[in-house]
Amino acid sequence: MADSKPRVKVPETAAAGEVIVIKTLISHVMESGQRKDKDGNIIPRKIINKFTCEFNGKPVFSCDIAPAVSANPYFEFKAKVAESGTFKFAWVDDDGTIYADEKQITVK
Amino acid sequence: MNITRRQTLALSIGAAAFAVAGLRTGAANAAQEDVDKLIAEFTGGKAPEAGKIALNAPEIAENGNTVPVTVTVESAMAGDDVAESVMIIASGNPTPAVATFHFTEMSGEASATSRIRLAKTQDVVALAKMKNGAVYMDKKQVKVTIGGCGG
Repeated sequence: MADSKPRVKVPETAAAGEVIVIKTLISHVMESGQRKDKDGNIIPRKIINKFTCEFNGKPVFSCDIAPAVSANPYFEFKAKVAESGTFKFAWVDDDGTIYADEKQITVK
Repeated sequence: MNITRRQTLALSIGAAAFAVAGLRTGAANAAQEDVDKLIAEFTGGKAPEAGKIALNAPEIAENGNTVPVTVTVESAMAGDDVAESVMIIASGNPTPAVATFHFTEMSGEASATSRIRLAKTQDVVALAKMKNGAVYMDKKQVKVTIGGCGG
């Protein structure tokens, strides 16, 4: 779905070794596969099933997701930064689409 | 035997109530099996201990569609003292699995927040698996006013 727009909040600067908070949100219906439409047919499941975050190529946080995660999945987690670099985020849809975003951080 | 109209009514209500109760327990048992299976898969058969992990969820969730939950594991996130993964289970949902978080030493702190769906009032369970093999568990009951899984 083209309207799945990720939004990520990462502080622009941090001290070396500081533990920062990262907040992520992506707009997505997270159709659970449990609901039925007007005619009683089950609406097929369509969710984001995996979320990953890496920093300068190294994994920081990832998450396997079941349909019980709310629509517009929100994740807040922490990361320890030792150097300046780039956080890369990826959300994997059931249909194989990958939504990606990245953020720079400068360590002073 | 003469059965009056009133007796018939009472009998049928009783029978209906019994049938509903039977169905309810049946469904609950199936879910409990699923939950036990998920826990066993995650822990590898190890009995979870209490402590170290804290699950934070509201006592009463008005809307089961978005219930904020935070899970924090006490861990240095270095050497052997690393919380590798945390699994969240909603024991009363049609499918109890919710999410599994994976942390690394780069995480700094093993703490994550998300928003989840809860179908009804139930226990939410969080399990943490440490690098040294220990497994910790925390549980919290959340009262749900409006269910979040749709009909």
